[in-house]
Amino acid sequence: MALDVFLGLLTGVLQEGFVYGIMALGIYVTYQVLNFPDLSVEGTFPLGSCVAGVMIASGLNPWLACMAAFACGAAAGGVTGLLHVKLHITDLLSGILVMTALWSVNLAVTSGSAVTPFYNQPTIYTSGPAALISDSHNSLRALVVAFISCLFVKLLLDEYLKTKSGLLLRAAGNNPRYVVSLGKDPGNMKILGLMLGNGLAALSGCILCQREESADIYSGTGMIVLGLAAVIVGVNIFSGIRFLRSTTAVILGAVLYRGVLVAALQMGLPTNYMKLLMAVLLTVVLVAYKTVPTGRRKKHVSRTEV
Amino acid sequence: MLVERKSEPLLEFRQIDKTFHSGTVSELKLFDHFDLSVPQGRFVCIIGSNGSGKTTLLNLLCGGETPDAGNIFLGGREITREPEHVRSRRIGRVFQDPSLGTCPQLTILENLSLADRKGKRYGLSRGVSRKKIDEYRSRLELLKLGLEDQLDLPVANLSGGQRQALALLICTMTPIDLLILDEHTAALDPSSSENVMELTRRFVREKRLTALMVTHNLRFALAYGDRLVMMHRGKAVLDVCDGEKNALKIHDLTERFNEISVEDGNDV
Repeated sequence: MALDVFLGLLTGVLQEGFVYGIMALGIYVTYQVLNFPDLSVEGTFPLGSCVAGVMIASGLNPWLACMAAFACGAAAGGVTGLLHVKLHITDLLSGILVMTALWSVNLAVTSGSAVTPFYNQPTIYTSGPAALISDSHNSLRALVVAFISCLFVKLLLDEYLKTKSGLLLRAAGNNPRYVVSLGKDPGNMKILGLMLGNGLAALSGCILCQREESADIYSGTGMIVLGLAAVIVGVNIFSGIRFLRSTTAVILGAVLYRGVLVAALQMGLPTNYMKLLMAVLLTVVLVAYKTVPTGRRKKHVSRTEV
Repeated sequence: MLVERKSEPLLEFRQIDKTFHSGTVSELKLFDHFDLSVPQGRFVCIIGSNGSGKTTLLNLLCGGETPDAGNIFLGGREITREPEHVRSRRIGRVFQDPSLGTCPQLTILENLSLADRKGKRYGLSRGVSRKKIDEYRSRLELLKLGLEDQLDLPVANLSGGQRQALALLICTMTPIDLLILDEHTAALDPSSSENVMELTRRFVREKRLTALMVTHNLRFALAYGDRLVMMHRGKAVLDVCDGEKNALKIHDLTERFNEISVEDGNDV
């Protein structure tokens, strides 16, 4: 029986890890590639949930809901970018402004309710290709859907980062002056990167809520901490392995982080202490890898030399 | 000379005024009706002590600063208030800091591929086109630094001298109107400096570029280029070309610097 419980937990950790991994990829784009500590994710993650929740509850296609969630997240990320680039508000404050404003937006989306249930409506876990796996393998099916979604997003992101636009995005985070000398405005690339990052965060929120069959506007709390931990753990622990892309490392980071949290809960940590543990874990990670925000520029430039 | 004077200059500063810390006790009027024009094909060296206005001149030209009054023309078009990235399309610039002219995290190949698209669209087609690799290799061979065999190495792993040579190659890869060399050998060791200067001379000559080089190295200022301008307090106190420039010795320049220093009330 113990093995059954363990396998059940493992499936859950992997499934959630892959879904959070999509958000971590978004944070990878903003924090690691663009060098932008973006807090708006705390608002765009539940925005994705709420948009999906309302759409699915009213009987719309869950895949359409995913696309809508991405688009809404991207729009919100675009606002963060515009505040920073056009109105010259600092990166942290731009994120806080959007995060705060999104709280009301999310409530407006759900017509004022904190939780939007959509039980027994078709979701990406139950309809479409997922229907090929029978209901009796419920949790395994969820894992497969989460894995494929995450893999799909990762491969698309990898491909994007190899395009001309993707290279320019990486250059904008690494050396904005270089982008200027190429005759392009690095500010526009920042806006684009923030749209991409927040679109992914919203998509992640949308996929997560479909598993729970209800959207929760509180679900964004702690997402920055989770995403940053995944990125930093992933990039520092797993990037040492040759031929492992940073994007894969970030997803593994998300899974690992999720695993540690679940393990702590299993060992009897009360659920109320979850966010405290998340913060403590990220602190440990930050100290261990010395990537506190003030040092992040230097750290990233020399990462290839270390 | 006569022909050049008659034709429209490539670069022209016209009646530039620039005051710093305006309205405070430390107000400093650096440029007061400053004029400078550079004809097509000239290689101008600019020297001067700190605070003489060399750096401000480049910043005004590249868009880091805007003049209080006056106009700047490049290739017959006014660029005085053009955004930095727009005028960059016609200007190549090598900075003093070797990490600014390239993108450290990207590989040599990725840097070259990006630079190749300067001024064009950066869309969703492949960032690195395999077809162009041979062309990039042969360009890198010109540098004689062995970089052609290290295309997939991140630029962060290169030395300062290698990076400056690469930056020079990168900003002269696409057609530009003006090359700006902003103390581009100041951070290098002597032998790398020599190497980068020789490359500079070659690229400028082969591509018939118009160049503006700011330097603290008086020897380079004399050995390279065909016009020398010495700046002091926002004025060109010395401006010589061709034969007159060739006749100058380092001694003449240091003497001139000392005179300026005395004017400023410093002991020599």
